[in-house]
Amino acid sequence: MEWANPLKNLVQKLLAPAFWLGVWQFCAFLVDRSVQGKGNELLLPYPATVWSALLEQAEQALFWQSILATLLRVVLGLVLGAALGAILSALTCLSSWCDRLLSPAIRVIRAAPVASFILLVILWTGRSNVPTVIAAMMVLPVVWDNLSQGIRATDPKLLELGRAYRFSRKKILTLIYLPSLRPYILSALTTGAGLAWKSGVAAEVLCLPRPALGTQIYNTKYLLEIPELFAWTAVTVALSLVLEALLRRAMARWRKGWGT
Amino acid sequence: MVLEDFSLTIPDHGIIALQGPSGCGKTTLMRLLSGLEHPQAGTLTDITSRQTALLFQDNRLLPWRTVSQQLTDVLPRSRWGEVPKLLELVELSGEEHAYPAHLSGGMRRRLALGRCLALEAKLYLLDEPFAGVDLPRALRVMERLRTWGAPILLVSHEPEILAKADVVLQLDGPPLHIIS
Repeated sequence: MEWANPLKNLVQKLLAPAFWLGVWQFCAFLVDRSVQGKGNELLLPYPATVWSALLEQAEQALFWQSILATLLRVVLGLVLGAALGAILSALTCLSSWCDRLLSPAIRVIRAAPVASFILLVILWTGRSNVPTVIAAMMVLPVVWDNLSQGIRATDPKLLELGRAYRFSRKKILTLIYLPSLRPYILSALTTGAGLAWKSGVAAEVLCLPRPALGTQIYNTKYLLEIPELFAWTAVTVALSLVLEALLRRAMARWRKGWGT
Repeated sequence: MVLEDFSLTIPDHGIIALQGPSGCGKTTLMRLLSGLEHPQAGTLTDITSRQTALLFQDNRLLPWRTVSQQLTDVLPRSRWGEVPKLLELVELSGEEHAYPAHLSGGMRRRLALGRCLALEAKLYLLDEPFAGVDLPRALRVMERLRTWGAPILLVSHEPEILAKADVVLQLDGPPLHIIS
């Protein structure tokens, strides 16, 4: 008998997480056996221990405040980085002079180590702004690179049509460039969102603003609270995945109905 | 050189059909008249390239716009009410909300034609407007174009379409020249 589709979908979606949870449980069991029950929580805690730590944290107001504060910093960084990346990609594609001037600087930002930037930005802006600035700096080159490729790949025949049919600049932007750039925007934003999370939380770990997920992760390391470290990491990953899913959904809605 | 010592006088109204072998320079002539190509020498008199409307040989429809949006994109807001009339002209009534991907090849061609006719122009340049359109329908649309308010310069290879034109110019080239 065939399974009903929703049930089949649910099983398919849960299969991979269940498998990796099993792998984790098994590895934790091996560690537990090798240390003979003495301090396995410091090396690799069981999933159930991490779950308990997570529930314990969730009862405190600081947990939710940390999530909200980090979310705001990362989203703000993503928005700033995406906006700057989009403006710079337009400038470097429209003017060869801007391209010669700006492209090397953006490539330097992309290649430079995040840690160097974090330390410099702490000195320049103060610790509370660092995660946002760092997230923006990590997102900017990704968005710039993707959108530059997209702008250059826009169908020249459609652009010629716009010229021949006397489209205004606004129409050329909204009717030709933006729809053509959609896959590039999606790719830039999903990659950028992941980078913004990683770099934003890393910056929080180094500059310790309060409240913040990164600060909580630093405290767990300092106090050797490894189940809590796993719990905070799981929260960070979950938020990153939710943000990515929301972006994908928004982009899918934009495309809905094209019929292509 | 695609065009050399080429002169063409276009009457105030009616359909002038151009017929000639592939590659003789018909499309280049259309592009020159529309201002997309610039001649090394020579001029357009009484009309500027901004007063022409060109139907490209390929449709160049925007895949993300519906049939009616393709027309409103080129019409000023004050003329949006003309969309049903234009769709009727190219026999696309009832397809207002369809996207190009959902239309047949002939329907897409007619939509591109309708969009070109939506432009306000003193001269319409139609490069193979009925390519892929079934002949009876093409002839009906052609009949309606005979009373269009501005002259139409049209490229076609179909004898039945050419027979509906007011003037047929036989061309050869390159360089492009009029045989008869």
